[in-house]
Amino acid sequence: MSRYELRFSGDGGQGLITAGIIMAKAASIYEGKQAVQSQSYGPEARGGASKSEVIISDDPIDYPKVTQCDALLAMTQEAANKYSHDLKEGGVLLIDSDLVKNVPPGNFKTIAFPIINTAKNDVGREIVANIVALGAMVALTGQVTRENAEKAVLSSVPEAFLELNKKAFSMGFDKAVAASA
Amino acid sequence: MSKKVAFLQGNEAASHGALYAGCNFFAGYPITPSTEVAEVMSAELPKIGGKFIQMEDEIGAMAAILGAALAGSKVLTSTSGPGLSLKQELIGYGCIAEIPCVIYNVMRGGPSTGMPTGPSQSDVMAAKWGTHGDHPAICLTPASVQETYEEVIRAFNLSEKYRTPVMVMPDEIVAHMRERIVFPEKGEIEVVPRKTPTVPPEQYKPYDTSFGDVPPLAAYGTGYKFHVTGLNKMPDGFPTTKAEVVQAEEERQVRKVDANVDDIVTFEEYLLDDAEIVVVAYGSTSRSARYAVNAAREQGIKAGMFRIKTFWPFPDKQIKALAQKAKGFIVPEMNLGMCANEIERNVQGKAPVLGIFRVDGEPINPDQIVEKIKEVK
Repeated sequence: MSRYELRFSGDGGQGLITAGIIMAKAASIYEGKQAVQSQSYGPEARGGASKSEVIISDDPIDYPKVTQCDALLAMTQEAANKYSHDLKEGGVLLIDSDLVKNVPPGNFKTIAFPIINTAKNDVGREIVANIVALGAMVALTGQVTRENAEKAVLSSVPEAFLELNKKAFSMGFDKAVAASA
Repeated sequence: MSKKVAFLQGNEAASHGALYAGCNFFAGYPITPSTEVAEVMSAELPKIGGKFIQMEDEIGAMAAILGAALAGSKVLTSTSGPGLSLKQELIGYGCIAEIPCVIYNVMRGGPSTGMPTGPSQSDVMAAKWGTHGDHPAICLTPASVQETYEEVIRAFNLSEKYRTPVMVMPDEIVAHMRERIVFPEKGEIEVVPRKTPTVPPEQYKPYDTSFGDVPPLAAYGTGYKFHVTGLNKMPDGFPTTKAEVVQAEEERQVRKVDANVDDIVTFEEYLLDDAEIVVVAYGSTSRSARYAVNAAREQGIKAGMFRIKTFWPFPDKQIKALAQKAKGFIVPEMNLGMCANEIERNVQGKAPVLGIFRVDGEPINPDQIVEKIKEVK
């Protein structure tokens, strides 16, 4: 079965729902696969736990939520603790190395780099940390091509910020490749 | 030419479905998890000369759409549980005054303000019994983004055809989930126009049953003057307490739906031909059920799914037929047994009806359903 399950998790306001939407859009609109994105979040406008789930498949997708996660992004320690339990053996865990100090144990591959700091210092704006993370997830999961994912990013962000997001996406992609080498 | 596609949320798709159906008036009061409908309508309606009004509260919004409908508009409001409760008084008014309108209600945890961002399916009874008195009820429960789009169009059509309020009730998961949607071309899906009077204004009566159970509805402002009230009424719209008129009118209003169940009720049968165990599901829960039925089949268990697309009127006939051969029914739902009660009413003890009821804000996962299927086995 080709079903592939991703979860983007962290705090509300980190842009993880947006990152999930762009991943699913890349798969569904640009890659020609099936994709469903769903989310759960608390009543707070900011803060509180937030997660965005994406299922990608060659076949129609029934259950829209994660059953056994193939790839998990955790942008907070809390998210890493809470969501790594259903990560598949051989799955991928991507964490922000500044924020997740205790790497949860398990038979999966952990990739760590300072995601928020990459956005802040290398790209120039902390607000695009979600796109840095997305670039990394695209590189680590191989579910959509780099080109299609970039198209999805550029069609989803405001025109004035195309270059910023393009840079964030590339930086995330390259850092993930380097960190997993 | 290839069709237009987009990656949309259920709520966004609902709005575009309404626009396809010719909706030109929206009144609402924002509430999670339905606010995106108001957002899209506020952006789109002005572009086509339509009207968007954010009212002071939910009942005001319901009043506004009823008024606009009487003035000839095709109307929509969107809300969620607490807002639905507030609208109920005027939903009854819409039923007795026979005003076409569509109420899009996203089901979140309840009662009261409950769990604003959590999914639920606990408004399905409020769709039928929420407003008091005997009245017709039509309620559609879509399970995907594409289907939400299409069912909103169908809701408009049914509301016009039967001159009555129609509800569309996705759960929060369907409403907030994003999927690819393929937009139909103009004319590809039928859009039912309102039946308007063929008689001159001086002869017009808004409830003249010589035109059938669904009398034509004139638009205010076109020269037709008529009385509208929430009281039991005569063919000319003025109140009456005359026993035989009230009895006949009440029966006619309910008959508009009851006599046309086969035209209204829609469902999907999945692997039911040889099924011993029937999972009855609707909304996002049906997606878990489909996954579970496939998993059970892989283990050699003959399971199938009856998916309810039209919750009201309830598919009584179909469930009764299934009860003749099924070994057991499983009803997963995000409430404490609302659909299961309807299934039991139809199964009449011929087979066990097992529920999986979840009200904790979490979806029912396929494994839970597979386990229950094994219990029957």
